[in-house]
Amino acid sequence: MAVKVIIPTPLRPYVGKQQSVEFDARTVGEALGRLTTQYEELRKHLYTDDGRIRSFVNVYLNDEDIRYLQKENTQLKDGDTISIVPSIAGGAGR
Amino acid sequence: MLYLSEPQKRQIEAHAAECYPQECCGALLGEEGESGREVREVFPLVNRREDSPRNRFAITADDFRAAEKAAQQAGLELIGWYHSHPDHPAQPSDYDREHAWPWYSYVIVAVKERKPAEMTAWRLADDRTRFQTEEIQAKLGASARRGGLGAGAARVH
Repeated sequence: MAVKVIIPTPLRPYVGKQQSVEFDARTVGEALGRLTTQYEELRKHLYTDDGRIRSFVNVYLNDEDIRYLQKENTQLKDGDTISIVPSIAGGAGR
Repeated sequence: MLYLSEPQKRQIEAHAAECYPQECCGALLGEEGESGREVREVFPLVNRREDSPRNRFAITADDFRAAEKAAQQAGLELIGWYHSHPDHPAQPSDYDREHAWPWYSYVIVAVKERKPAEMTAWRLADDRTRFQTEEIQAKLGASARRGGLGAGAARVH
C-alpha cells in the first residue's frame, strides 16, 4: 500500500528537509520501520533504546491517533496519510 | 541566536508568575533568518500535566496542532517552546532533555517566590545527550528589523 508519512518540522533535517516521504507498507509499524531504516538518524528521536515509540511521539493515521486503533499493527490502505505529531513535555523534574 | 523582544520576554515572565507555583508553558511562533531565529508571537498554552504541575509540564498533541495552526495562519513557523521552573534554576533538567525534540528552541524562565528570575534558551544536540545554550538577544523594534535580522540587537540582561 502506498502511504505518505508527514514529517514534523524538527525531524525534517533528518529526511533531507522533506515535508513528507512515501512508502509501500501494510501496517503503520512497517511504514515507520521503513522510514527509520531509510533515515537511520530518525530512530533515536522516535524510539526508545528498547524499541518502543517514545511517549511524547504521537502517530496519527489520517486524523486518528493509532493508540485508539490497533497501534503499530493498524492496517493501511492505499493513499493513507500517517502523521508524526509531537507532544511537548519537560519540567524542573526534581 | 534567539531574538526575543522585551514585551515578549515580559509576557513569558508574567505567564510564569501567574502560574506559580506551577509550571507554565507555551509556544514561540516566529521565523528563521540567516543570523538566528526571531520570535514574532508568544502563544501561551495550558499546562496539561495535572498530576505534577509544580515540576512538570505537558503540551498535548491537540495543543501542539492548535499552535501549529496559529503559526500557519500568521505566516510563521513554530520555532520553539517556553516553560517555567518555579523555585528552580533556569537550567534544563534530565527530564527536559529526555523529552526534548531537536531543532526547537526551548526557553526556560526561573521563578523565585513568584518573581521571574533568569531566562535561558537551549537546543537539543543531535545525539540527544545534552542541551546546547542558545543566546537570547532583545530586538530594538521595526527599525532594527529593516536593517536585517539581528541589526541593532541588544543582549537581554
